[in-house]
Amino acid sequence: MSGFLRSYLTVVIFAGVAGALVAGILGLSRLLQPRHPTREKLINYESGVDPYGDGWSQSQIRYYVFALLFVMFDVEAVFIFPWAARVDALGTFGLIEMVVFVVILALGLVYAWRKGVLRWV
Amino acid sequence: MTAVLLAVIGAQVPAPGAPNAGNSGAGLTPDLAPLHLPNVEYHLLLPFLILMGSALLLLAASSLIRGKFGRGLYAGWTVVTGLASLGWTWHLWGQIVGHSTGTHAAPRAAVAGSLAIDGFGLFITITICSAVILGALLAESYLPREDLEGPEFYVLMMLSAAGGILMGEANDLIVVFLGLEILSLALYVMTAYHRRRAQSGEAGMKYFVLGAFSSAFFLYGVALVYGACGSTNLAAIADFLSKNVLASNGVLLAGMAFLLVGLGFKVALVPFHVWTPDVYQGAPSPATGFMAAAAKTAGFAALLRIFLGPLVAQVESWRPLIWVLAALTLLVGAVLAVVQTDVKRILAYSSVSHAGYVLLGLEAGTATGAISSNGLAGSSFYLLAYTFMVLGAFAVVTVVGGEGDGRHGLNSYRGLASRRPALALGFTILLVSQAGIPFTTGFVAKFNVISEVIGRGGAFDYVLGVLAMLAAAISAYFYLRIILAMYSGGADGSSGAAEVSSGGGATTLVATTRALVAVPTTLTVAVVGCVAFTVAFGIIPGPMIHLAEKATLLF
Repeated sequence: MSGFLRSYLTVVIFAGVAGALVAGILGLSRLLQPRHPTREKLINYESGVDPYGDGWSQSQIRYYVFALLFVMFDVEAVFIFPWAARVDALGTFGLIEMVVFVVILALGLVYAWRKGVLRWV
Repeated sequence: MTAVLLAVIGAQVPAPGAPNAGNSGAGLTPDLAPLHLPNVEYHLLLPFLILMGSALLLLAASSLIRGKFGRGLYAGWTVVTGLASLGWTWHLWGQIVGHSTGTHAAPRAAVAGSLAIDGFGLFITITICSAVILGALLAESYLPREDLEGPEFYVLMMLSAAGGILMGEANDLIVVFLGLEILSLALYVMTAYHRRRAQSGEAGMKYFVLGAFSSAFFLYGVALVYGACGSTNLAAIADFLSKNVLASNGVLLAGMAFLLVGLGFKVALVPFHVWTPDVYQGAPSPATGFMAAAAKTAGFAALLRIFLGPLVAQVESWRPLIWVLAALTLLVGAVLAVVQTDVKRILAYSSVSHAGYVLLGLEAGTATGAISSNGLAGSSFYLLAYTFMVLGAFAVVTVVGGEGDGRHGLNSYRGLASRRPALALGFTILLVSQAGIPFTTGFVAKFNVISEVIGRGGAFDYVLGVLAMLAAAISAYFYLRIILAMYSGGADGSSGAAEVSSGGGATTLVATTRALVAVPTTLTVAVVGCVAFTVAFGIIPGPMIHLAEKATLLF
């Protein structure tokens, strides 16, 4: 086995142990638990509220745009964090680059806003 | 078991104070390594920045300013942007490569070695800028006709082109991936742009799913090559491969295969071509033309740069693979095009076949010297020639497709020569050029790549050369079929239906509206430009060959 593959041995062993642990605990619980199912016990747990309707209910398409905009700023934050951690070392150059980056993303929001996407009909 | 685990982990963790501990320090340790900010050569990046900035400006301006812009403003803006980018690229070409054999600066790496500003990169930039200009001319009349007027199409086209340029000049596998994503994401949306046409959405979906799949392949290839060579930088990979002999190159071979699959999807090589006809057919015609030209150019640019650059050290391992892919792509593309009856699908399969010819240059495996033995120059020449041939062809398809972008059957072309003789003549020249008839760039391009392969002199090279000529002969059939359709059939321009004789002498009624198709000025300009380019450089190929020979790689 080459050194390159050997370095992944840790991952393989870790994955194996993790899998065995989960299977072991769940299997043991399965073996030991008393089981007296009733209808109330079998329904999905919804924070104490009785669930209603079908699990495959359709959600509003307009949530999609909000999700998309959320992802945009979520990813933006992913890039801002490492920059913020080293902002002193990156200096003015880094600041300008980050401003350019944020402005480009803000343009996307401006576009969405002018297109009326943010209006909740 | 636990002991083994700990032993393995213990072997991986360096002892405190080990030499490499400082470099891998987490964010909060006080002894951070100093940052080396790259020197950004903005003037070398300008062709990319012009397209990117112009796209953002257009998007911002059009969304902030109330009121309607005059028709043609968006297209005009895009053409001007393309020309500006092209102009600056030409200026850089003079600086870095030299218009003549005078003194000039050498090709150089930019932005800390992540970009290579060399002849090849600039050549690709020129090709993609041409595609932007022609694409904008095609879209100018298409979008209002289909009631899709707006800046978005042009913005996406410019962004996509910027990604393509990045791919052409990338000197780092990560930058190639970045360019690939910028190019592709914009193209997915452009494909699905025709909202009221179900085919368009379907094509966009197919292209997106398969494209994302191929991106994953490419990324995995990058990871494996990084694992084998210790860097994603092409110069560093070249350096590593020249100084080290790999005892077992399994990881590198797998990495190369994945890179080939990922980029093969983008340029539609044969086992990975199945998306092409559906996407080409479904996408709006100007988007199809732009996609055929720019995506293929950018994908091949990355493929050629990676495989003829650093991985040329492994040429004996990848050449057989390229041989098989080229042979398959040439023949399958040509044969499947024969049975199509939809002109957009014919052009899609023909674009697959063209990808096979470009691949011949890669199979030749050389990147310097005269074009008769220089695979890189042959492929570059082919890409530039193909850009004009295919965009010109799709300009005609845009016109004939008519309102709704639906009339693409061969029947719709029947009698075009009598209704629009000039348009039919232009289309004929462009198709004849794609078939590879002399006095067109298509012929010169095919001649170059085939002579490069044959020039290598091995038995397998002769076989591939013969296969390529065979594919050219097959493809002549379906190009001539379109031409025949245009020059046969009803000269009757006004009636609602025309009688066309079918094979057995019986007559069938072809129910298409035979109204005269109006050819907008911008499309006339595009077709005339493409035909002029194709014929001029077909008769006098010298300057273009000279340009392609100077398109060399930095590493």
